Amino acid sequence: MMKEELYEYILGVADNSLILGQRLGELCGHGPSLETDIACTNISLDLFGQTRSYFQYAAKLIGNDATEDTVAFLRTEREYRNVLLVEQPNTDFAYTIARQFLFDVFHFLFLDQLKNSNDLNLSAIANKAIKEVSYHQRFSTDWIKRLGDGTPESAQRIQAAIDDLWRYTDELFHTSNIDDKIIEAGIGVNLSELKDPYYSRVIQVLEESKLVTPESKWFQKGGKAGVHTEHMGYILSDMQYMQRTFPNMTW
Amino acid sequence: MSKNWPLWEVFVRSKNGLEHRHFGSLHAADAEMALENARDVYTRRNEGVSIWVVESKHIRASNPENNGELFEPAQDKVYRHPTFYNIPDEIKHM
Repeated sequence: MMKEELYEYILGVADNSLILGQRLGELCGHGPSLETDIACTNISLDLFGQTRSYFQYAAKLIGNDATEDTVAFLRTEREYRNVLLVEQPNTDFAYTIARQFLFDVFHFLFLDQLKNSNDLNLSAIANKAIKEVSYHQRFSTDWIKRLGDGTPESAQRIQAAIDDLWRYTDELFHTSNIDDKIIEAGIGVNLSELKDPYYSRVIQVLEESKLVTPESKWFQKGGKAGVHTEHMGYILSDMQYMQRTFPNMTW
Repeated sequence: MSKNWPLWEVFVRSKNGLEHRHFGSLHAADAEMALENARDVYTRRNEGVSIWVVESKHIRASNPENNGELFEPAQDKVYRHPTFYNIPDEIKHM
């Protein structure tokens, strides 16, 4: 297995945390209440911390003058490998929570397997991150229940968000040829094994929250191959602004 | 939104062996949310090992108007402090 392939695999893992962290960071100072504002930005910082660990390792793999910053900030849109789900906007608080919940359930199952990776760096990152993600999952699950089983308006809004974001869930389990190689090497996580536990957990929570599981079998994909939704360019222009304007700047 | 949520008082134990101390208050819809909010608002810089939350309405506070009868009688009773004992010289720290 080539180092470049492992690098690509790590991007596929870490870009999800990076872009979701960026999305949550947009709520800094704009959350619906002081408490939820801090909660969302806390989760954002957890995700950025994980991203840094992945990118520091990734930068070492490709060498040259790569650093965690160049990996994070100096790629073009097509080079980001995050799933479409995490780049979806904070339309309202229900969307923020639905996006978080649909990702957290996956993220927890994923890290729980990545702990067993043959790659010691990745298993160490997973061991640390899973405690954070365990809390993220608890936070978003509790909110799904509160909104779903809350007022008629909160139920209607969270149902609309779940219905709208459902189409992005299937992509979580897609793999590229490179991913398959890394999985065969015992380094990556076999995503197909996560699919059943994922949907059964999600559906269980939706039922407990008195929400309807969408029946649509039509799913979106593309993010993992670098083909993103129209939102991605805006995210990157915000996120990359400082490095593009003042190349090599540091804090 | 938070206007409608009840107020909660947050108590955090910062180290094992120490007591829970009042850290502040926050708004939350239920006890679970209060705990989660308290975790995020008050312990994100590694301040705590245990959190208690209690809805503020359950706290019965003394009335400042009664301060005279409640607290003033204690002011002139110095003999309630253990300061009248002669401490032997060999006991250094007391």
